[in-house]
Amino acid sequence: MSFSVETELQSFVLLRLGERRFAVAARQIAELVAPSRVFRFPHRTGEIEGVILRRGRIVPVCDVAEGLIGKSLKSRRLYLIAVRRYESQSEWVALPVTGECELINAEMSPPGEADAPQVAGWLSYAGDVIEVLNLNALTPGPSPSAAPAAVLAAGEVRPS
Amino acid sequence: MRPAPPAKHGTARTEQIILFRVSGQLFAVSSSSVKEVRAADSLTSTASEVSHPSLRKVKHVVRRGGKPLFIVSGALHFGLPPAPAALVFVLRHTQTALLIDGIEKMTTMTRLQALPQAFCHEERQWYRGLTALDQSVVPVIAPEGFLTPEEIDLLDASLAPEEALEAESTGEAGWTQ
Repeated sequence: MSFSVETELQSFVLLRLGERRFAVAARQIAELVAPSRVFRFPHRTGEIEGVILRRGRIVPVCDVAEGLIGKSLKSRRLYLIAVRRYESQSEWVALPVTGECELINAEMSPPGEADAPQVAGWLSYAGDVIEVLNLNALTPGPSPSAAPAAVLAAGEVRPS
Repeated sequence: MRPAPPAKHGTARTEQIILFRVSGQLFAVSSSSVKEVRAADSLTSTASEVSHPSLRKVKHVVRRGGKPLFIVSGALHFGLPPAPAALVFVLRHTQTALLIDGIEKMTTMTRLQALPQAFCHEERQWYRGLTALDQSVVPVIAPEGFLTPEEIDLLDASLAPEEALEAESTGEAGWTQ
């Protein structure tokens, strides 16, 4: 008689911020692109440094390194375009990363009670324990109380 | 038998916009939102002073059609470095006149993208959205986003009664749409 232990393997994208590696669920990643011009304009959302144009879309650039490794990235080679889920829709967010990313299959352990909200879970991979990022907690968005108005404002607006 | 009507092709709706600069930063506004463009001097020279500690962006007011028109510094509103303003936009359906550096050009936009939801602070009131023009991205301002009704109430309350009465109509230089 043999027993098979079913493990729930999921796909993750490993990304590098400085010397550290993090993971994001692969289903939340749209693509990995070369850095392009960042367009800046006045705003008050500190985590957003501007927007890039990608496939006709205007995509906010969110530097998550400050919050995760305590400093902004000096050299950035790529943008990981992630799909950020809001109340009723999804939008792209560009995350600057230091280098190439890697697609892996691994089993995720759930976050502990003491973990920060940006931790979606943990992976054990190649001798490292890697934090899986919760993009909804890590990147800015409307607070739940402001969501209805924000949802109304979302999407494409036709010129009047 | 009537001929079939011509097939409607999916022509994009366009909107005429004015590209302008505040402290060197490029913005756009719908031309239908701009009632007048005036020389800054012509408006401020006839304006009364107004001040409220929490509204440093408004220093002058003029009386228009019985209502005060508050002159807003675009630079202070957007948190940009101060720069001398040459022109003023009088914004339609608002009590706001906006000090700007100058007009870049008039053009048309075919698509206005809502501000991404990652932008979640005051900028949601400042902008109608973003538009891509000539491989660049320009924020399209919301005319009503410069002064909230509460801020207008504060400014109204800070106007001395005699100032409110004395505030005059403005001079001649300018363009009226």
